[in-house]
Amino acid sequence: MTDTVEVVDGTETADQAKFSPRQQLRRVIQGDLSSLRVVFGLIVIAIIFQVQEPRFLSAENLTNLMLQITTIGLISVGIVYVLLLGEIDLSVGAVSGLCGAVMVVLNVKHGWNAYLAIAAAIAVGAAIGATQGSLFSRFVVPSFVVTLAGLLTWEGALLQVLGKTGSLNVTDPKITGLANIFYSTTVGWILAIIVIVAYGLVLAIGFRKRVTAGLADRNPFPLIFKFAVISAIVIAAVAILNSDRGVPLALLILLGFVVGMEYIVKGTTFGRHVFAVGGNAEAARRAGIRVNGVRIAVFTISGSMAAIGGIMAASRLFAVNQNSGGNELLLLAIAGPVIAGTSLFGGRGSVWTALLGALVIGSISNGMDLLGLSSPVKLMVTGGVLLLAVLVDAIVRLQRKETRAA
Amino acid sequence: MSPDRPLLQLEGISKQFGPVRALDRVDFAVSAGEVVGLVGDNGAGKSTLVKAIAGINSPDSGTIRWEGEEVSIGKPQDATNLGIATVYQDLALADNLDVVANLFLGREEVSPGVGTVSRRLDEVRMENEAGELLSNLAVTIPSLRSEVGMLSGGQRQQVAVARSLLGEPKVVMLDEPTAALGVPQTKQVLALIKRLRERELGVVVISHNLADVFAITDRIFVLRLGRAAGEFRADEANEDQVVAAITGLGNGKGTKAAAAELREGATTEAPGGADKPVEGGLE
Repeated sequence: MTDTVEVVDGTETADQAKFSPRQQLRRVIQGDLSSLRVVFGLIVIAIIFQVQEPRFLSAENLTNLMLQITTIGLISVGIVYVLLLGEIDLSVGAVSGLCGAVMVVLNVKHGWNAYLAIAAAIAVGAAIGATQGSLFSRFVVPSFVVTLAGLLTWEGALLQVLGKTGSLNVTDPKITGLANIFYSTTVGWILAIIVIVAYGLVLAIGFRKRVTAGLADRNPFPLIFKFAVISAIVIAAVAILNSDRGVPLALLILLGFVVGMEYIVKGTTFGRHVFAVGGNAEAARRAGIRVNGVRIAVFTISGSMAAIGGIMAASRLFAVNQNSGGNELLLLAIAGPVIAGTSLFGGRGSVWTALLGALVIGSISNGMDLLGLSSPVKLMVTGGVLLLAVLVDAIVRLQRKETRAA
Repeated sequence: MSPDRPLLQLEGISKQFGPVRALDRVDFAVSAGEVVGLVGDNGAGKSTLVKAIAGINSPDSGTIRWEGEEVSIGKPQDATNLGIATVYQDLALADNLDVVANLFLGREEVSPGVGTVSRRLDEVRMENEAGELLSNLAVTIPSLRSEVGMLSGGQRQQVAVARSLLGEPKVVMLDEPTAALGVPQTKQVLALIKRLRERELGVVVISHNLADVFAITDRIFVLRLGRAAGEFRADEANEDQVVAAITGLGNGKGTKAAAAELREGATTEAPGGADKPVEGGLE
C-alpha cells in the first residue's frame, strides 16, 4: 500500500496514508501526476515530429528549442504565481516588450551600463506589476480588466519608448551574451555534476530529517528512483547540448528561476500563503494572512518575470521593435502552465509547469516550423492544444468535486 | 446557576443594529471544563453574541470579564490573544491544502534563518505536531497529507476544531458544528467536543439540533429576540421546556430573571419580523 502512495507523491505523502487503491488511482488521475501526463505528451509530440522530420531531435534543433522557450518560460514562471491565486495577468506580453525596450533604449540611446539598464528594466516591470496588483486588490476590480487595460497601456508605452525609428538594435555583449553565450564541454559537465550532487544532497537531507523525526520508516526507493531519473535527464541534456554549441546561459537562467521560484512557492511561508489565498481567500484572511499584500506581491513577481523574459527576448534577437512582446506570446505564456497542469481556477500547480508547458508549446511550434507549416495551421494547432489542456483541467476539477460530494 | 469562577463572563451586553436590538442586556458565562449550548430561533441573537465575544462586532454596552478581569474585545485579534477561539459554520479551510497546511495556516513553523525567503517551512515539525494534536483528540483522517477538500464533512469539522486548538485557547466557540453532517459523523464531532471538555476548555456550542445539545452540553442558554429567555441544566431539563423558551410559548422553567425579562420583552418590544434581517446581515 505504502509503495503506491509514495510513487504518487514521493516527497510529501506520509506513511500514515490509508488510501484505498481506488482513491490512489483517483489521486493519480486528478492531477498529482499531471506532470507525468505532460511528459508523456512531450514524448508523443517528439515521436510525431521525429517521424516526419529527422532533424527534430538533432542536437542543433534541441539547442534551438531551448533558446526559443527561454522567454516564454520565464514569463510563465510569473504567470504560475498569478494562476495559483486564481487570477490572470494579461499584461505580461506587453510588459515584456516594454521592459526589453526600456533596457535597450537606456543602454543604446542613453549610454547606460548594461547591468544598470537591465536592473532598470526589471524595476519597471516590478513597478507595473505592483501597480496593477494594488489596483486589483484595493478596488476589487477583476484582475482580468486591470491587466487588459495594462496590455493596451504598455503596448502604447512601448511605441512611445521606441520613438520614430520603431526598432532598435543592441550590440552590447553584456546584453546579447545573455541569450548567446554557450559554455564549453568541460564547464557543461562540471555544471551537470554540481546539479546532480546538489539534488542528491537535498533529497538525502530531507529524507534523513523525516526519518530522525520519526515521521516515517519510509521506503527510500522512490527517492532513489527520482534521483536516478533526474540525473539521467541532466546527463543526457548536457551530452546533447555539448555535441552542438554547448550548454546555453539562457537555459541556466531559465532553470535557475524555475528552481528558485518553485522553492519559494513550495518551501516558504509566502508561498504557502499564495496557495491559501488561491484556494480560499476568506479562510486565508481569517487565518491572519494579509491577503492584499500577497496579491500585490504576486503581481509584482509576474511583472518582474515578464521584464526578465523581455530582456532575454531582446538579447536573443539583438533588437527590440514594435512587435516585441506582441503576437501570441501572452497567450502561449498563459497556455504553457495550464497545459502542464497548473489550474486556471487557482490553488493548484507548480512552477515546473512553466518549464514543461514552454517545452510542449515550444516543441509544437518548433516542429511545425521544421515541417514548413503555414501560420494559419500553426495557430489552429496551438489553439487546439490549449483548448484540450483547459478541458482536461476543467474535467479534473469536476471529478474532484464529485469525489467530495460522494 | 452560573459557576462561581467563570472563565468568561458577560454582563448586560447590548448591541443595536440601526433600529433593531440584536442583543438586549444579556448575561452569559462559561467556565473551564464546561460545555454550554447556545440555542434560539433564527434572529434570536446567537450569532451576534458569538461575534461580540469573538471581537467581530463589539457590543454597544455591557462588560466582558476574562478570568475575573474586565477586558475589551474590539477586534478578532483581541479575542485570540485572550484565548478565545471560534470555529465558524463555513469552517474557513483551504480545500486545496493538506491537513497539516490547514492546521498551521497563518502560523506556519519555519526553520531558523534570516529573511523570509531563507526561512524554509518546517514541514517535519508541523507534521509531527499535527499528528500529535490529532491523535490526542482521537481525530481520524486518512492521512495528514490528504487534501482537506477530499475529506468528509465530519473530518473537515474535526480539522477545523483541531486548528482552533493550536493557539492553546481556553474557550472554544463552535457555530453549528453538526449542521449538515450524517449520523456517524455527528457522533465523531460530539465525541470531539466531549474531549475538549476533558481538556478543561470552556466550550460554547451554537446549535439548532436540541438532541445534540442535550447529548453534550452541561448547560443550555436560550436567547429569544436578543434577550436571555431561559437557562437550563441539561441533565434536569427536557426538550419541551427548552422549546418553550425558544419559541416564547409557555414559560419553560428557566431562571426567574430570564422569565421576567421575557415578559418585559413581550410588552415593550415589537415581536417577530423585524429581527430576521438582523441575522441575515450578520452571517
